[in-house]
Amino acid sequence: MIFTYRNRHNIIDKAVLNICSSQETTIHIWCCFYRLNACAIGPVRFFKVIRYTLGRLLSLIISLVIASLVIFSVIEIIPGDPASFMLGINAREDTLAALRSEMGLDQPLVVRYFDWVIGLLQGDFGNSWTYKTPVSELISDRIWVSLPLAIYALILSTLIAFPAGILAASRRGGASDVTIMGATQMGVAIPNFWFAMIMVLIFAIHLRWFSAGGFPGWSNPLQGIKSLTLPAISLALPQAAILARIMRSSLLDMLSEDFIRTARAKGLTRGQALWRHAVRNALIPVLTIIGLQFSFLLAGGIIIEQIFFLPGLGRLIFQAISARDLIVVESVVMLLVFTVIIVNFAVDIAYAAVDPRLRIKA
Amino acid sequence: MKPGLIIGSFLSIIFIGLAFFSFIWIPYDIEALEISNKLKNPNLNHWLGTDHFGRDILSMIMMGARTSIAVALLAVGIGVVIGVPLGLFSAARRGSFIDEVIMRGNDLIFAFPSLVIAILITAVFGPSAVNAIVAIGIFNIPVFARLTRAAALPLWERDFILSARVCGKSEVRISIEHILPNITNLMIVQGTIQFSLGILAEASLSYIGLGAQPPTASWGRMLADAQTLVSIAPHVALVPGLAILLMVLGLNLMGDGLRDLFDPRIKGDRT
Repeated sequence: MIFTYRNRHNIIDKAVLNICSSQETTIHIWCCFYRLNACAIGPVRFFKVIRYTLGRLLSLIISLVIASLVIFSVIEIIPGDPASFMLGINAREDTLAALRSEMGLDQPLVVRYFDWVIGLLQGDFGNSWTYKTPVSELISDRIWVSLPLAIYALILSTLIAFPAGILAASRRGGASDVTIMGATQMGVAIPNFWFAMIMVLIFAIHLRWFSAGGFPGWSNPLQGIKSLTLPAISLALPQAAILARIMRSSLLDMLSEDFIRTARAKGLTRGQALWRHAVRNALIPVLTIIGLQFSFLLAGGIIIEQIFFLPGLGRLIFQAISARDLIVVESVVMLLVFTVIIVNFAVDIAYAAVDPRLRIKA
Repeated sequence: MKPGLIIGSFLSIIFIGLAFFSFIWIPYDIEALEISNKLKNPNLNHWLGTDHFGRDILSMIMMGARTSIAVALLAVGIGVVIGVPLGLFSAARRGSFIDEVIMRGNDLIFAFPSLVIAILITAVFGPSAVNAIVAIGIFNIPVFARLTRAAALPLWERDFILSARVCGKSEVRISIEHILPNITNLMIVQGTIQFSLGILAEASLSYIGLGAQPPTASWGRMLADAQTLVSIAPHVALVPGLAILLMVLGLNLMGDGLRDLFDPRIKGDRT
């Protein structure tokens, strides 16, 4: 076990060195990490795929356990007693004690941790201390803003990045390549919340095409989508810039491969070789990045929701923090981390499934 | 030299220079409010205009540069001071159980959504520049640890390390005296990139009110203050945003340029 891990690390490390220190480093390291996670298995037999999946599953579970421990202990050291915060400074000692026991604060830490985790597993997030309603209800109301926003942004980012990356790679060194690469440099450097403000200024205040914020609900789907458009664009822009750069470099890697030369020798035009062979292969690493970006978008939505006054998870978490509603903070953060870890896991598995080098030979 | 490196260094030096210069002189005192003079467009007295309290925006930008640079630099410092030794140690004990634990721990931190955790940390410990530094710095640790390990591993196979071992040097001494000097370039490049990411992260945190607190000036909070004024006085929102954009752009270009400069084998136009 250790041996295979070590091997894998060495391969990953070599790849990390090759691509290190570009501004997409973190993402790139991820990319290589996933690419090589899969490659490291080598010529596959069925049991290796099973072992790979089980290995990823094990690390998924360990990640989730550690994540829950970290979140729980960070919340526990939060200064201030939530009971006295809720009842005010003039509360009587016995009232405080009653409330503490009602909220379960008088239980030992270990018991509270397990109560919390078992509750999470059963979909019971507990009751919010300030709203007096189940946290799961609060979350399920708001997830219908945050989730569509992240998906919308992901679609936009892909729609911008693919053509840009492909165009840049196919015209390498040309005017359109230089322009696109310059634009992606800008895109990576722009703070997305500032970009959001500029768009509000132009499209909401001056042109009046969109509203400057708020969310009318999904009763009219078109209105809902319209009000998520500006937030989604501002969320998508930096991700699109990163994705376009990765698309371009991945495609350039492919274009220098032997099979492209073979395709050309076979009589395909440059364009045909590009579309039929290079793009399809270049998509493999790009798809894993798209999976990873989803979690960036979900978390990044927290700030964008603040700007556009969207009633999503981000707003919920900020309100809960200021009201010392720890159970809501705990649950929302855990939910976000959980989603990210699950998406990463799914990307891992999908990668193994998609990469032709991993196809199971019967 | 590539134009990217020149432009990038130029932009970075301007902002770092502004930050240092603010210790000697700023055009106006940013703690003196002059409400009668509020929201003035850029003019001869106030080159970048004034904000809703009548404070000079150029002075605020200079003081804000100080905050941004300090937070991002210290966050990179945390990453280097903890991450590099971890990476060196991992590489020296490659394949051991400890190496495995360190690298797995790294993967785990990578798997966390950094913004959410940063918000959690600053929310729990109270918003302040120090907590922002810690929150950003934690996520720099795995970046430097992994890169250091990756760079150090091939060095351990080299002959000069073998001769150092024959001389009887310990793994610690070899790591410090032979491995470290050979990976410094790489760390400088990565440091530049993480520095620019740190500036963006600091701006985001202080934008949502979880960074440096008033009266300390910060670009992110200038933007937060400007949000409601954007229709009346666009310059209040444009200027800090442009400052962030130009500084981050400059650092990125500089990082890319330095990488090409240090390692001509890597073609700059590939990534």
